[in-house]
Amino acid sequence: MNDKHISSQFDADLRDVSTRVLEMGGLAEAQVAQAMYALTNFSSETASQVLQQEERINQMEVDIDADLQRIIAMRQPAAIDLRLLIAISKAIANLERVGDEAARIARTVQRLVNAGVSSRMRVPVNDLSYEAELATAQLRRSLDAFARLDAKQALEVLKHDDQIDQEFDGLMRKLITYMMEDPRTISASIDLVFVAKAIERVGDHAKNLAEATIYIVKGEDVRHSPMSEVEDTVRSE
Amino acid sequence: MSAMTQSATPRMTIETEVPASAREVKPLNDLETAIAVDRVNLFYGPNQALYDVSLNIPRGHVVAFIGPSGCGKSTLLRCFNRMNDLVDICRVEGKINIDGQNIYDRSVNVAQLRRRVGMVFQKPNPFPKSIYENVAYGLRLLGVRNRAQLDEVVERSLKQAALWDEVKDRLDSSGLSLSGGQQQRLVIARAIALEPEVLLLDEPCSALDPISTAKVEELLHELKHKYTIVIVTHNMQQAARVSDFTAYMYLGKLIEYNPTRQLFMKPERRETEDYITGRFG
Repeated sequence: MNDKHISSQFDADLRDVSTRVLEMGGLAEAQVAQAMYALTNFSSETASQVLQQEERINQMEVDIDADLQRIIAMRQPAAIDLRLLIAISKAIANLERVGDEAARIARTVQRLVNAGVSSRMRVPVNDLSYEAELATAQLRRSLDAFARLDAKQALEVLKHDDQIDQEFDGLMRKLITYMMEDPRTISASIDLVFVAKAIERVGDHAKNLAEATIYIVKGEDVRHSPMSEVEDTVRSE
Repeated sequence: MSAMTQSATPRMTIETEVPASAREVKPLNDLETAIAVDRVNLFYGPNQALYDVSLNIPRGHVVAFIGPSGCGKSTLLRCFNRMNDLVDICRVEGKINIDGQNIYDRSVNVAQLRRRVGMVFQKPNPFPKSIYENVAYGLRLLGVRNRAQLDEVVERSLKQAALWDEVKDRLDSSGLSLSGGQQQRLVIARAIALEPEVLLLDEPCSALDPISTAKVEELLHELKHKYTIVIVTHNMQQAARVSDFTAYMYLGKLIEYNPTRQLFMKPERRETEDYITGRFG
């Protein structure tokens, strides 16, 4: 989208709303990172900060949605402009959910700390950190692809989603082993199962965002297409 | 419904008519062609206005021509009933077949052609006669004198043009006494009174308010079951709403011709995308 609209105000509107999506995405990503920091350090304080920030993400979703409605009503967009706005509406719902997952992790941290779980207890928080790094990297990459409307990079995000799923499966096995070896870790381990699931969902949301980017650029809905078809779509001119 | 009695687990089937707008339009190649435009070049004196335009207009559908001013869309539309013959310096090359007959063939009777291919213009142009006479005019020209037959055609045409209920009690008042939107529908009634095969509309709503525009658009949905409709419009949203296929023209050339849904959601050509999204080319 190098060329400008005849109406510069329309350009400004689209630019502004896209920028705010990226801002929201950045915040969501930071929330996940913060929540994981709270987990690895058993910091109840950082967890409360995450919970305080969550409201901001929710508000951003509402504000961006209102803007989308205004733009659609006033400009009656077509083709790529329309696809961009529809995709944004879906993207922000996904980003809001990422915020929810971060808050879920933060609440788990608070519960663990209140229950007296600390770094002295042998639970695999570092493995969770690794899964979270994969997920936030995916999120960052998909936001990047969105910012540059880069379908090829969006495709890379889709291809990498498996990694997180595999990591999640590995974590499950590990946590089960911990619980079997030392029943005192059962309660904490179950909490960590939910954290692992939350992180895996962050990866799913990143994937959805990448699919939305491909939709904007290529005009094809690839949400339920096999990978080979998605690749063809992205490669097509 | 017999399935309900036979089947052990009765399944409820709700049969509803799918609204026209939700119906998928068949691919162009599967549709019967009403107008076949084959490599048409058109010149106004030394200036070329159409370059090698070829496209098929399917029967019983609405086709919209869009494009910036001066792109040739009205010129192309006027070819279909040889309105361009009225311009002395105009010269047409190529073929335009309607029902398999080249309308630029010498043997074609132009008056008859225009009976088969009706036209409605940007500004409503009712004759300074009564509403009744406006609609009956064409038939009277053809020599129809039978009052009962005229009555019937006038009523049917006004009903088809969705104007009957508004004017049935004052058929004798002047056509000029109607509102702009009503006048435009009157003109459409006048055109369809002759039961043309094709209806050409050149910016039919650009002088109308939104409500009258909506009525005319609604009317097009009704009429397309009986007639082939070609509409030129500056209003892209209107093209998107009323047409099954859209042709985008630029500088006398046909740039893209596709199902309307595709052209407005995912145009094939960059130039089309730029135009419909309002970008600088």
